Amino acid sequence: MRHTLAVLVENNPGVLARVAGLFRRRGFNIESLTVGETEDVAVSRMTIVVEGDDRVLEQVTKQLRKLIEVLKVQDITKEEHVNRELVLIKVNAEPARRAEIIQIVEIFRAHIVDIGRKTLIVEVTGDESKVKALVNALEPFGIRELVRTGKVAMLRGTKDITTNSKEAE
Amino acid sequence: MKLSGGEILLRCLKEEGVEVVFGYPGGAVLPIYDALYDADIRHILTRHEQAAAHAADGYARATGRPGVCLATSGPGATNLVTGIATAFMDSSPLVAFTGQVPTAFIGRDSFQEADITGITLPITKHNFLVKDVRELARTVKEAFYIATTGRPGPVLVDIPRDVSGSRTEYTNPGPVDLPGFKPVLDPDPEKVLAAAKLIASAQRPVIYAGGGVISSGASEELRQLAELIMAPVTTTLMGIGGFPGDHPLSLGMLGMHGTRYANYAVCGCDLLIAVGARFDDRVTGKVETFAPEAKIIHIDVDPAEMGKNVRVNVPVVGDVRRVLQALLKVLKGASHPAWLEKVNTWKREYPLKFEENGLKPQFVIRELYNITQGKARITTEVGQNQMWAAQFYTFTRPRSFISSGGLGTMGFGFPAAIGVQVACPEEIVVDIAGDGSIQMNIQELATAVRYELPVNVAIMNNGFLGMVRQWQELFFDRRYAYTELSGPDFVKVAEAYGAEGIRVTKPQEVKPALEQAIASPKPVFIDFIIEREENVMPMVPPGESLEKMLG
Repeated sequence: MRHTLAVLVENNPGVLARVAGLFRRRGFNIESLTVGETEDVAVSRMTIVVEGDDRVLEQVTKQLRKLIEVLKVQDITKEEHVNRELVLIKVNAEPARRAEIIQIVEIFRAHIVDIGRKTLIVEVTGDESKVKALVNALEPFGIRELVRTGKVAMLRGTKDITTNSKEAE
Repeated sequence: MKLSGGEILLRCLKEEGVEVVFGYPGGAVLPIYDALYDADIRHILTRHEQAAAHAADGYARATGRPGVCLATSGPGATNLVTGIATAFMDSSPLVAFTGQVPTAFIGRDSFQEADITGITLPITKHNFLVKDVRELARTVKEAFYIATTGRPGPVLVDIPRDVSGSRTEYTNPGPVDLPGFKPVLDPDPEKVLAAAKLIASAQRPVIYAGGGVISSGASEELRQLAELIMAPVTTTLMGIGGFPGDHPLSLGMLGMHGTRYANYAVCGCDLLIAVGARFDDRVTGKVETFAPEAKIIHIDVDPAEMGKNVRVNVPVVGDVRRVLQALLKVLKGASHPAWLEKVNTWKREYPLKFEENGLKPQFVIRELYNITQGKARITTEVGQNQMWAAQFYTFTRPRSFISSGGLGTMGFGFPAAIGVQVACPEEIVVDIAGDGSIQMNIQELATAVRYELPVNVAIMNNGFLGMVRQWQELFFDRRYAYTELSGPDFVKVAEAYGAEGIRVTKPQEVKPALEQAIASPKPVFIDFIIEREENVMPMVPPGESLEKMLG
C-alpha cells in the first residue's frame, strides 16, 4: 500500500541526505519526496510517498524518528487530507490542433503557461487522479516533456502538523 | 580571553570528564594537538587511527563512559571508519573528532580531504561538521549528550582546520536542547502491567538478555527478576557478563554457537522475555521458527527495535534498568519446577565439551579462567577465538567481556584491550586472539610498549582463518580457499617491539605461560600452537532453526 508521510525536519544542510540515505540503506522505496520551508523558517517539511506494508511503514517511521534532526513523523494516509502536485506538460500543438488542446485544458482547470510555434506548456495542479486524467487526455497530441513536483499534503480542518501539535499515533 | 578552537575543544572535553584521548596527529588537527600539548588530558598515540577508534571503544565498554578518539582529515578520518562502524553496531558511546581541510577548501578535492560526515552518515548515531568556531562548544556538548543518552552510539565531529585554529571567547553553551532527540526512558505503566500479566501466566519462561542490560547498568535488576520469577537466563554475545555465568539459572549464550541447552530452552519456552537485545540473525537462526511456542516481551530503549525482526506481543520501550525496576515492583514470585527440571536435564545431557587431546583452545581458555579466577577483563578478536572465549571463560560481571559482536571486526581485540588497560590499570587484561585477527592491528604492540600497558594477548594459532576454514569444511567440501595462513614468528615480533613473547605447544606448558604473562609488567604475546582443525561446536548452520545443531 502507498503511504503519505508528513515529516518535519530541522532546516539544516544535510538533512535531506540523512533522510534519503536512511531510505536507501534500509531498502525502503521512495515514490516521491518534496521538501520546503514551513511557516517556521527553522523547520522544513517533507512530504514522502512510500510504498510498503504496515511493517515496512512502522520501521520507516521509527527509523526516521531516530534521526536527530527529524522533529516529527506522521503517516497521514488514513486521515482526511488535501494533497496536490504541480505538473508541467509540454505538448505538441500544431496551430490546427490548438483549440482542441485549449478546450481540454479548460475542462481540467489547468493553465497554458507558454505558447511556442509548435508546442504548448500546460500547468496543472491537482491530486493524482486529476493529473492522470489530464495526461491521458493530452497523450494523443504527443507529450514531449513532463515534469512534476511530487506530492504535498496537508490535513483538513483544525488538525495541524507543526512542531507544537500533538502527534496522532 | 580568546581561545583557539583547539583550546575550546579541550576545555569542552575536560567539562565532559574526559580523561584520555586516543589519537593520531596530522596536518588538519595541528591546532588541536598544539592545545593537547599543554592540556592535562592524557593522549595515547596509537600506531593506526583504526586502533585509536577501537581503543576508545574498548575504554567505553569497560567503563560505561564515552571513549574519545581523534584523527586528522582524509585518510586519518577514513581509517576511523571501521572503528566507528564497530561501535555503531554494538551501541557503544564513542565520540570521534576529525580534522577537516579549511572551510574555504571543502568541496574542492583538496589535499587530504574526505567527506567524512557523508561517509559516516549510516554508521553514526549523528555527526556534525563545525563551520564556525563559535558553534564548537555547543556542538561538542551535543555530541557527548547524543552519544551517551538513550541507546548509546558513536557521534563524529568534523572540525575544519581554520575552525580549530581561529580564536574566540569561550562561552558555556548551557544545557542541551535537541527537540528531535527525546528518548523515552521511563516505560509506559500499562505496558509494564501487560508484561507482568504475561509473566504471571507463563509456565516455561526464558529470559534472553543482550548488551542493553550492560549499557543501562541493569545486571543486578536482571538477577533479581530471574530469581523472582525463576526463569533461566540466556545471553547474547553482547550480553555476556550481564548475568553471572556461574548462576544456577544461567544458560550461557544462545544462537549460532550457543549452548544446546540455551537453544533448546528458547525453542521450548512459552514466554521469551527479551531484555536489551535486538533479535540478530546470529541469535535467532531461521527467524520463522524462532521460539515457535512463545509469546514475546521485548524490553529495549530503542522503539525502532520493536517488531523489527520478530513479532512481539508486549513491547516495552524504556531504559532497561528502569523497566526492570518497574517490573520488579509489580511482579510476584513464581516457580516452574517441571520446566527448570527439564532445562537442568538438558544442561546435564548436553554440556559444552571438547576432546582433550593435543593443545586445545578450549583448554587454554579454561586454564586462563582458572588462573584469573574469572576476574580478568577479556577482549576478543573475531572468529573461532571469540566463540571459544564466549563459551569457555565464565564471565560473572558486566563489562568484563569486550568483543565486536554486530560488525564482527577482526583486529578489534588488541587495540580494545589497550583501551581497557588504560581504563583499568590495576586489572588483568587479556585479548583472546587468532593468528589471523592479531595481524590486523599488530602494530599496536608499539603503543602497548610505549605506554607500559601490560596487555596479554593469547593467540590461538592454528595457521588458518579458523572460522572461515570451519565453514569451508562444513559447507564447501573442505575446499580451503585462501584460508591457510603462514604467520610470522609471533614471539620474535613481540620481542622486536620490546614486548615479551612466549610459545606454547603442549598442554602442560599452558599454565606456567599464562602465569608468566600475567606476572610480567610488559605486554606479552603468547603463541599457542593449537590443534589446526578444531571446530567451534555446537553450531546452528546458517539459516537453520535453533534446535538443528551440529556437533
